[in-house]
Amino acid sequence: MIDSLYLAWQYIRFNKFKTLILVASITLIAILPLALQVLLTESERQLLNRAESTPLLVGAKGSALDLAMNSLYFDDEVPELMTMDAAERIYDTNLALPIPLYVRFQARGLPIVGTSFDYFEFRKLTLAQGQPLTMLGDCVLGAKAAAKLGIGPGDKLVSSPENLFDLAGVYPLKMKVAGVLAANHTADDLAIFVDIKTAWVIQGLGHGHEDVTRTRDSTVILKRTDGNVTANAKLFHYTEITEDNLDGFHFHGDTSIYPVSAVIAVPYDGKSGTLLRGRYLESEDAQQIIQPAEVIDGLLQNIFRIRNVLDSVIALVGLATLLAIFLVFSLSLRLRQREIQTIFKLGCRKAMVGRMMLAEIAIILLASGVLCAAALGVVDANAEELVRRLFVG
Amino acid sequence: MINIQDLHFRYPNSEFQLSIPEFTVAPGERVAVVGPSGSGKTSLLNLLAGILIPSSGAIEVGKANVKELNDASRRDFRIRNIGFVFQDFELLDYLTIQDNILHPYRISSMLKLSNEVRQRTLDLAEQMGISKHLKKHPGELSQGEKQRAAICRALLPNPSLILADEATGNLDPTNKTRILDLLFESVAEHDATLVAVTHDHELLPRFDRVVDFQDFQSGGAS
Repeated sequence: MIDSLYLAWQYIRFNKFKTLILVASITLIAILPLALQVLLTESERQLLNRAESTPLLVGAKGSALDLAMNSLYFDDEVPELMTMDAAERIYDTNLALPIPLYVRFQARGLPIVGTSFDYFEFRKLTLAQGQPLTMLGDCVLGAKAAAKLGIGPGDKLVSSPENLFDLAGVYPLKMKVAGVLAANHTADDLAIFVDIKTAWVIQGLGHGHEDVTRTRDSTVILKRTDGNVTANAKLFHYTEITEDNLDGFHFHGDTSIYPVSAVIAVPYDGKSGTLLRGRYLESEDAQQIIQPAEVIDGLLQNIFRIRNVLDSVIALVGLATLLAIFLVFSLSLRLRQREIQTIFKLGCRKAMVGRMMLAEIAIILLASGVLCAAALGVVDANAEELVRRLFVG
Repeated sequence: MINIQDLHFRYPNSEFQLSIPEFTVAPGERVAVVGPSGSGKTSLLNLLAGILIPSSGAIEVGKANVKELNDASRRDFRIRNIGFVFQDFELLDYLTIQDNILHPYRISSMLKLSNEVRQRTLDLAEQMGISKHLKKHPGELSQGEKQRAAICRALLPNPSLILADEATGNLDPTNKTRILDLLFESVAEHDATLVAVTHDHELLPRFDRVVDFQDFQSGGAS
């Protein structure tokens, strides 16, 4: 058998391009369904873990899937917005702890998650470096976000404008990185957390500017009356919140009508959860309450239905490729008739020629197997990240 | 060594037929076979090697009745006893010259590849003047160098019968003499028998006997 392998190896080495094409074809056909399996298993794990750890989610009526994907995985598809009093409504029921979420803005391609301190406790997020959110304008980075952006505590991060062509839009906010979270292998790792009020500042609902009552620049003042000063657009707006200008930041109106994208409701017990769900059954209610696990389960059913179709397509392509490979081997045998005749003339038994051919096939399959295993190893090692990019977010 | 009696051979779907009433070669004898193209000289060598099977008659090589052996035994007999130098070398493109020479040892359990055999490969290649080409592939060699490699492959297992089909046909006069000397030396050293098909009448005086195929009844193309 060693001699068969040796001769087969020499043939393969001499015909390396033909062999490479064969190995690549077989590897691709094998890797596609296997990698898909790995990615789907990981996506199922990620989606379900996150969904199952989030008992109830309240949002404006609309797509339950958008609400779940935005609130759990910080998908950039923003659901219908509702107001902050949705959190107060839950709080007033005394049935669950409300955790507001405002996931709408981004900084350098990563989602900015406006929330409250309760979120960190609820998700069991701990700091790896720096401080928690202490001041308006602070942000805390997920572990992978910090690595990806290459910044840490003390550095600055500027929010991205929602619309580049909106000249009258709000200024991007330069945030101070207060801390970096320890990795928890969920969407939190790739997020930028800010206090919900900071998210409102990013939107322009809260802002800071020089004190118009003290300015000496008369060209800024349009009108001054008792107890009221009207300034024009020349008034300097702060783009960064510091200890010096913190007092200049303020919110106009009642913050209870400020927007949030969702509220996580953490019931105090099972019964409370059921009761809370009952409060949202009215058809006229502008809000909906969902169990993320149910929504994600529905999504997974669809993914697996699509996967079955994909599997069939891959099986057909695989069959076609195998037939093509069979054809290549058959043609190769015909082209090698003279060589086979020479070997026979020298005194080689038919079985030996069979062994040589089998050895060639075995080497090609082995090479494909090794390549396939290596590629699968890479896919497996990066499955978490790949799933987040391809399926989740 | 060789005893052919009343042998008849015909290729399937061909008009060609070869009839040899009697053909004998004594052990150690060096026989040249001459004759016009298509007279069946190559077919005779193939019959002696058991590559072709006669339709009737007896063909004995050594103690073996080639016609009576089954396919596997005939192949084993051939690789163990016969060194065949083919007219068109029949070297394998994907093997180096060294691997081509050692090829019979890799395709049959009848021959054992040992260090001694490897050393003999180097010695033979040296004698044939192709030692510097051992790591090359046949495509990189001239016709004459390929022929010498093919002769090395035939001689390496020390066969008792060497069949050479135009073994010196692609060689220049100097190499022709050198290779023929080597063939004769090998024959003498191992008490082997040589049957060589040749068109080169200058070489004929060096053989013990010359058999002219015009003496046999044959027709068509081989």
